[in-house]
Amino acid sequence: MSKDPIVYPYIPNSVPEIKGRMLEEIGAGSTEELYAEIPSHLRFKGQLNLPEPILDEASIKRHVERLLQKNRNCAEYLSFLGAGCAQHYVPAVCDEINNRAEFLTAYVGESYADHGKWQAFFEYASLMGDLLEMDVLSCPLYDGPQAVATSLRMASRITGRTRVLLPESMGEETLSVVRNYLKGGGDSALQVDLIQFDPASGLVDIRDLKARLSDRTAAVVIENPGYLGVIETRAEEISRMVQAHGAELVVYADPISLGVMAPPASYGASFACGDFHPLGMHLLCGGGQGGFIATHDDMRYVAEFKDLMFGLTETVREGEYGFGEVLFERTSYGSREKGKEYTGTTTGLWAITAGVYLALLGPKGMQELGQVIMQKAQYAAKRIAGIPGVDVLFPTPFFKEFVVSFAGTGRSVKQVNQSLLEHRIIGGKDLSGEFPELGQSALYCVTEIMTKEDVDRLVTAVETVVGQG
Amino acid sequence: MGRNKATLLRKFHQARWDEEIICEMSVPGERGILVPRVEREIEAEVGDGVSMIPEGLRREKPAALPEVNQVRVLRHYLRLSQETMGADMTVDASEGTCTMKYSPKVHEQLVGNPGLRDIHPLQDEDTLQGILEVYFRLEEFLKEISGLDHFSFQPGGGAQGVYANACMVRAWHEARKDENRSEIITTLFSHPCDAASPATAGYKVVTLMPDESGYPDLEAMKAALSERTAGIFITNPEDTGIYNPRIDEFVKAAHEVGALCAYDQANANGILGITRAKEAGFDLCHFNIHKTFSSPHACMGHSTGAVGVAGELGRFLPVPRVTYNGTKYRLEYDRPESIGRVRCFFGNASTILRAYAWILQHGADGLREVAECSVLNNNYLLKKLSEIPGVVIQYAEGKRRLEQVRYSWDKLKQDTGVGTEDVMRRMADFGLQHYWMSHPPWIVPEPFTLEPCESYSKDDLDEYVAVLRQISREAYQDPQLVKNAPHNSVVHRVPSPGIDEPERIAVTWRQYQRKKRADSVKPQS
Repeated sequence: MSKDPIVYPYIPNSVPEIKGRMLEEIGAGSTEELYAEIPSHLRFKGQLNLPEPILDEASIKRHVERLLQKNRNCAEYLSFLGAGCAQHYVPAVCDEINNRAEFLTAYVGESYADHGKWQAFFEYASLMGDLLEMDVLSCPLYDGPQAVATSLRMASRITGRTRVLLPESMGEETLSVVRNYLKGGGDSALQVDLIQFDPASGLVDIRDLKARLSDRTAAVVIENPGYLGVIETRAEEISRMVQAHGAELVVYADPISLGVMAPPASYGASFACGDFHPLGMHLLCGGGQGGFIATHDDMRYVAEFKDLMFGLTETVREGEYGFGEVLFERTSYGSREKGKEYTGTTTGLWAITAGVYLALLGPKGMQELGQVIMQKAQYAAKRIAGIPGVDVLFPTPFFKEFVVSFAGTGRSVKQVNQSLLEHRIIGGKDLSGEFPELGQSALYCVTEIMTKEDVDRLVTAVETVVGQG
Repeated sequence: MGRNKATLLRKFHQARWDEEIICEMSVPGERGILVPRVEREIEAEVGDGVSMIPEGLRREKPAALPEVNQVRVLRHYLRLSQETMGADMTVDASEGTCTMKYSPKVHEQLVGNPGLRDIHPLQDEDTLQGILEVYFRLEEFLKEISGLDHFSFQPGGGAQGVYANACMVRAWHEARKDENRSEIITTLFSHPCDAASPATAGYKVVTLMPDESGYPDLEAMKAALSERTAGIFITNPEDTGIYNPRIDEFVKAAHEVGALCAYDQANANGILGITRAKEAGFDLCHFNIHKTFSSPHACMGHSTGAVGVAGELGRFLPVPRVTYNGTKYRLEYDRPESIGRVRCFFGNASTILRAYAWILQHGADGLREVAECSVLNNNYLLKKLSEIPGVVIQYAEGKRRLEQVRYSWDKLKQDTGVGTEDVMRRMADFGLQHYWMSHPPWIVPEPFTLEPCESYSKDDLDEYVAVLRQISREAYQDPQLVKNAPHNSVVHRVPSPGIDEPERIAVTWRQYQRKKRADSVKPQS
């Protein structure tokens, strides 16, 4: 029984007559002839063992929707997960812009036909520069951890030193990326040391930092706010210590905190880096991350960025803005293995979105937002700390996250979180594996999207859960 | 109105909004959005919230962000989008090596589903069973398509995928205590990341030049291989679209000295279901998911570099791994020999979802149709371009190319003085995306690389050819017209000299303003 060949809507030339005409035009009897260069012993024999295709659009949509229904999501559940991927409000205009087909489907076109893309990238860098009070940013990196890792490689090249210090409280998700990236081989290996944190405050242990810091240290990383939520209150003191040893201070910052927190440059950071996910991206199961690095306008630093940079200039028409690539030879696109690390396709659309976000929020928006987040987070922490057997660790100022200990309840975080799911609540990130010294603790994240009612609902649920015999 | 039926050319002009930089639009007092207010009870309970920030760490001066109303922000970015030639807007056979295929719109609806958009990567596995199933099933698909045994989708792009592969090569030799393997060999027509990513992982890189016919040079490879070689990272077909029929001999030679072989499959669109990494003997490979398996390229990402490995190398893959015990999907972290993480969480789930749907929409026959039509389109375009005055087809004369070709305007340049950059700029005047020329070094002179993947119809390609033919004609008749292009695009030619001078570098508005005050940004054309 012969069957009609399928015409695929996404493959216009799958129409047999057209295919025939094209083959005739190029003097081939069949498409098989086009593969004459691939010898028989390298050919795949037979048919790929893939499922029967779902050819029509209606059915594929239904199929995938059914799969996605198996997930529980943070729109229907009340979620307190953050840990580098916090749930903030995404302005509708952000979605409107990054769903535009022109941006969504553009790629590496030059600055004429793609002028708008280049300008949007320039504006991303400009607005981040305003927020960070620094002049220089490149195109975005993959994520925050990559931004720390590359900052450290840059610092090592600038100082000619190979030892770096990071806080051990930084979180395994980030440290694992950094360790891998700095491992290198032979001469390119950087030595990673961790600075202990003070279990009473959650802050960097200054004495331990002092003991580890030397004139061989290329860079010291501090987080502000930290992975465990706390504000690094002695940042200025740390900065002075680092500078006294001729090392670079790298500050990993949450950009959404910078409406109320001082930009790292103001207390001596030579690198400000982080993840701009909070600035207009959805959770997307971790797919909305994007890394940034900012420095001052100093060629020793500018020349060490690894990713493309789009510079503003003028075209041949007086007063008309144009864009061009800056110091292209730095990059591995320009110089292959002699470039600064490697570059590639990263997170361009999210960078554009972060620009849109900052343009919408403006100075007042960022200020108010930072304040509201802090108020709500403090309210939540206070209420949670009032639950019998439950404690909030560290009497230290924090931004949007804080550590909750369930040690006094006799229950594990895993048990608590399992029970909270029945209340349609997703509890904070279980820290017991990552920081055993903190016991049965979880990292709770509260943002502007939470209401008093949400927090009260959490408190009631936790009370019920831990109160059950 | 409409395309000229004889010439197939359009009277095109791109949107030109003469739009300011957003930083110039600030009107003090305007607001783009209001943020949620805090309830009175909360304020009563905790106060202003920010006083707890120690002095010196509190922001004293608001950020110097522009103040712009929402309507104007929206209009601004819509205008910038109109000044961008996304692949949906045109026949994007231009960006060779990038596989600018159509990304079905239904996938965007699926990515916007709360079951993807609003899920957190650290949720309990029980609440992520749908997306984990997608990961698991896509891995099954790619295992079949490549013939390799295990995949990870953590890397956030192709170059990061190559980097992950280099880390696994490093881990493999370390585990065997084989400590003197410090070199990676690649070829010049493999993507720059095949050199740069291993270099970042600590390797010395040896790059082989092609032989006179444009093929990777097997004798040169054999001469370069030694007990110091950790691995070879090689593309096939290379960026010339030429398939290396002796690829298995390269692999065999590398294996003989104890090196591993990593197959860069960024150019796999023309070989789906035709030839695989397994048959050629490779140990590792990577696919650019967003290219070959359809995901919008999103102004350079987000994207996914899927890394696949054979057999024992599976134990070095990044964590977490998605596993299935017959009833439940799990995220497995406890893998002591893993290279760790190259990116946080477990990759770009939206790219993975789209690729899953796209492969399922095609099946085995459909993937083969994709491959065949992309190769057919390419050979059709090759035939038509070979008839255009000034175009040179270098290498592999008389051979069929796979999914792309690196062409040359060398003859045009010699005849008219018009080079590939001039033609590239002129394309914008006809509504086409600028073509991709080549990564340096340009050993193909005046290069341009076209990849007319399966998404484009014969009619699309005929129009594309008509534009290049017209530009060639213009070059011979009125070279200045081409050299001064673009004329109908968003902006005019940017004179490039000098943009790298420290006193003129302006990558942010702050920096531009400062240097403008110092009067140093004006180009010297």
